[in-house]
Amino acid sequence: MDIFFFILFATIAVVCGISVILQKHPISSALSLVGVMGSIAVLYLALGAEFIAMAQIIVYAGAVMVLFIFVIMLLNAGAEQAAGRSWMAQLLGIPALLAMFGVVAYFIQSYFGNAGFMKFGNFKGGSAQSVGMALFTDYLLPFEVTSVLILVAILGAIVLARKELD
Amino acid sequence: MPEGLQQGAQQILANGVPISWYLILSAVLFTLGVAGFLFRRSIITVFMCIELMLNAVNLSFVAFSNMHRQVGGHIFTFFVMVVAAAEAAVGLAIILTVFKNRGTLNIDEVSSLKN
Repeated sequence: MDIFFFILFATIAVVCGISVILQKHPISSALSLVGVMGSIAVLYLALGAEFIAMAQIIVYAGAVMVLFIFVIMLLNAGAEQAAGRSWMAQLLGIPALLAMFGVVAYFIQSYFGNAGFMKFGNFKGGSAQSVGMALFTDYLLPFEVTSVLILVAILGAIVLARKELD
Repeated sequence: MPEGLQQGAQQILANGVPISWYLILSAVLFTLGVAGFLFRRSIITVFMCIELMLNAVNLSFVAFSNMHRQVGGHIFTFFVMVVAAAEAAVGLAIILTVFKNRGTLNIDEVSSLKN
C-alpha cells in the first residue's frame, strides 16, 4: 500500500515538475507547480509529517502560489518568446544536469541505499504537538528571529512595490 | 523475474518504501528545478523553479527526519518555508519594480549589470 501511494504521487510530482519547465505560459507553470506541491504534501503525510503537510498546503499552495498568480495577472504576462539561447547552455546544459543528477543519485545509493524503510505510521513525532514542543523549547531563538525576518520582508516588499510619492 | 529482483519486491511489499527512493525523488525534482532555472527566460518562471528546488530539499529533510525518528527535519522544513514565503514576497515586489522600469519580463533584456 505504501509503495502504491509513493509511486502514484511521485509520478504526479515528477510529471507536474516536467510540466512546470515545459509550459510556455507562466500561468500553466504556476498551476503545475501547485500540483507538485500538493503531491509533495501527500508524501509528507505518508512520512508522518502531518503538521508540515498542512503547512505545505496552506503556505505554499495557498499563499505563495496565489501571490505568484496575482503577479502574473497584474503584469499580464504572456507566453514567453523562444529567445536565442547561448550555444553553451544548449550544448552543455542537459549533459551537465544529467551528470549532476547521476552524482547525487550515486551518493544517495551508496550512503543511504539500505538506510531503512518508510512504513506509514512508524514515525509519530510529526504532529502539531511535537513540532510545537520542539519549536518553543529547543528552537525558540530561531523562531523569534523568524518574526524579525518576516517584518523585514514585509517592509521590503512595501518599499519596493509602492508608487513614488513625489 | 530474476531472483534478486523478486526478493527486493517482496522486501518492499513487507517493509514499505526505502528511504533512498524519497531521496532520489527529491534529487529528480531538484534537477528539474535547476533545468527550469537555466533554460527558461521568463523571470516569473525562473522564480517558480527556485520554489521547486526549495520544495525538493524540504522533501529530503522530512525523509531524513523519518529515517532518524527525530523531529529536527520538520523544524528545518518549517524555517525553509518561512524563508521561502518572505523571499517570494520580496522577489515578486522586485519583479514588479523591474517590469515597471523596463517593461519586460525577459531576463536576457535585464542585463545592465553586465556592462
